[in-house]
Amino acid sequence: MAILRPAGEFDTSYASDMETIRRRWQWVLLVVFLLALYTLPFYASQSWVALANRIGITIIAVQGLNLLTGYTGQISLGQAAFMLVGGYISALLVNNLGWSFLITLPIAGLGAGLIGLFFGLPSLRVKGFYLAMSTLAAQFIIPWFIRNTFPEIFNGAQGLNVQVPVLFGIEFNTPQRYIYLTLTVLIITTVVAYNVTRSRMGRAFVAIRDHDLAAELLGVNPFKYKLQAFFLASVFAGLAGALSAHQIRHINSETFNLIDSVFLLGMLIIGGLGSNLGPIFGAIVVGLLLEGATLFGPLFSEIFPSTAAGAVQAMRPLFFGTTLTLFLIFEPRGLAHRWQIFKAAWRLRPFSH
Amino acid sequence: MNWQLLPQFAVTGLLAGGPLALTALGLVLVFKSTYIFNFAYGQMLLLGALFTWWFAVDRGLPLWLAVILALIMSALLGLVIERLALRPMTGQPLLAIIVMTLGLSLVLQGLALVFFGGVQRNFPQIFSAANPYKLTTPFIYNGQNIIIILKQNLVWSFVIAILAVLIISAFFKFTRVGLAMRGASEDHELAQSTGLRINRMFALSWAMAGIVATVAGVLLATSSGLDMSLSVFVLYAFPVVLLGGLDSIPGVIVGGLIIGLSQGVVSASKVPLIRSMSEIMPYIVLLLVLLIKPEGLFGQKRIERV
Repeated sequence: MAILRPAGEFDTSYASDMETIRRRWQWVLLVVFLLALYTLPFYASQSWVALANRIGITIIAVQGLNLLTGYTGQISLGQAAFMLVGGYISALLVNNLGWSFLITLPIAGLGAGLIGLFFGLPSLRVKGFYLAMSTLAAQFIIPWFIRNTFPEIFNGAQGLNVQVPVLFGIEFNTPQRYIYLTLTVLIITTVVAYNVTRSRMGRAFVAIRDHDLAAELLGVNPFKYKLQAFFLASVFAGLAGALSAHQIRHINSETFNLIDSVFLLGMLIIGGLGSNLGPIFGAIVVGLLLEGATLFGPLFSEIFPSTAAGAVQAMRPLFFGTTLTLFLIFEPRGLAHRWQIFKAAWRLRPFSH
Repeated sequence: MNWQLLPQFAVTGLLAGGPLALTALGLVLVFKSTYIFNFAYGQMLLLGALFTWWFAVDRGLPLWLAVILALIMSALLGLVIERLALRPMTGQPLLAIIVMTLGLSLVLQGLALVFFGGVQRNFPQIFSAANPYKLTTPFIYNGQNIIIILKQNLVWSFVIAILAVLIISAFFKFTRVGLAMRGASEDHELAQSTGLRINRMFALSWAMAGIVATVAGVLLATSSGLDMSLSVFVLYAFPVVLLGGLDSIPGVIVGGLIIGLSQGVVSASKVPLIRSMSEIMPYIVLLLVLLIKPEGLFGQKRIERV
């Protein structure tokens, strides 16, 4: 999709060529948008803010997956396992050592990143479906490790109760307060993800995705960049996991499981692979859809009385799976692509092309 | 290592490898002809068992009739999946196809929950639980020969599973349709140009996968009961497929036995940590296979190295 600009708008310096926000009204819009986000607790009810929290955390994890799967083309079925790593690291450091969440959050990201690097090693040898299989192994081995080793630290299958993070004397114990943490991390990760994809690293990722042999011939080191992609994806997952653990205030080896990995991958597809808006669209749409499914569940169990209590939990996979398969057949490039088309049409109005 | 228990666990593990091999067979069938790895297979297995339960218990039909009807239902299910979900995906990138089967697994899981509910069910016992077979081994411990106790359902599941695998390999070897399917799996375009109807081959392999899934599902449900977690069993069959080779039918037997044996041997350990490793043994084997011999023991070397 070509970048369309109004006639007469040219870049006159390298700095303006690199600018993300070009116009004064764009700055105004950005500030208004951020203000609207940060004042969410003042005009939205608690349940909506809690939903926004969950969606925000999910966006971070999907952004990581987007760097790995969307930009570098490495299929991962283990993103949720790295969320587990991040969640446990932060929970253990805060609970046992009493460290500040401000420090444990980056450590959780880095720790998850290192573990992710380890499980990314097979990508040096195999790719495609085989790589998906080796990331699936992460999804089994990491929870097993947590369940069965060092029971005095990990507390086995029961998991840990996680303390409420306290920063600058404020306890982040309600969704209304927690949303500030989520939003701040989310904005940082969005900026990082955006800048990674338009830097040398991001171009190398895309080159490897589009043709790894050709990329290598052009001087892109595929091993280095694949591992970097795995590292970044796992850092994002670790941050999301830590945020989620401190919000739910409990974590065990089943908190983030294979189904969550599948959901993250599905959100990425629905939102749009290889686009910075994709994770945001995907996580928001799927988050709202699943919320709707939960609302719809009791109604459904009235229509199908035989399903009894099963209907509510059946709605989530059913809704999500159906949406995902329909998107794959009819809109494989996701909502972000639709948005691009919409924007282009708006700019070219009244001409259709 | 608990030497007294080792023979018991090793043999039990080997026998458990039979259903694993049968489950893996359904995955190989589809991969061999369509190059699609079917992540929705666990739910096909679950639905096969649920169909059987519905006909046999809810409708009160005799078991043999229930199984036959369930086989027909799941073959139809396979056909529907192929036609509606995977044929539109022909020529799409690998990621899209993988996510499609993952999405399908969620849809089928949801449908199973909607129509059958997520409760634990009593599945009809096909093999009697009483009178387990006793086997005296030549190994001596504390002056006595070690006796292995084998449950009937374990033995017969193993026999049926291995028989089913042999029947399917004979089908591929000796029948005209089987030969055509093998031809189609070699090269899609070439097969089409020699007049094979490739879409029909794909549909057939999905229907056969549905049938195999139902047989495996019934065997598993009759020994371990029927609930939603039945589909999880397939996750242990993925490593079997990779170990044996993605497109190799004899490979599933060897792979199933090796994985089953490794799980059994590990469970005989005295150290709780090693004992608990039996649940991740398949995936440790999987990582080793991917590192050492990614095409598996009997698979064709078609992997693109990076």
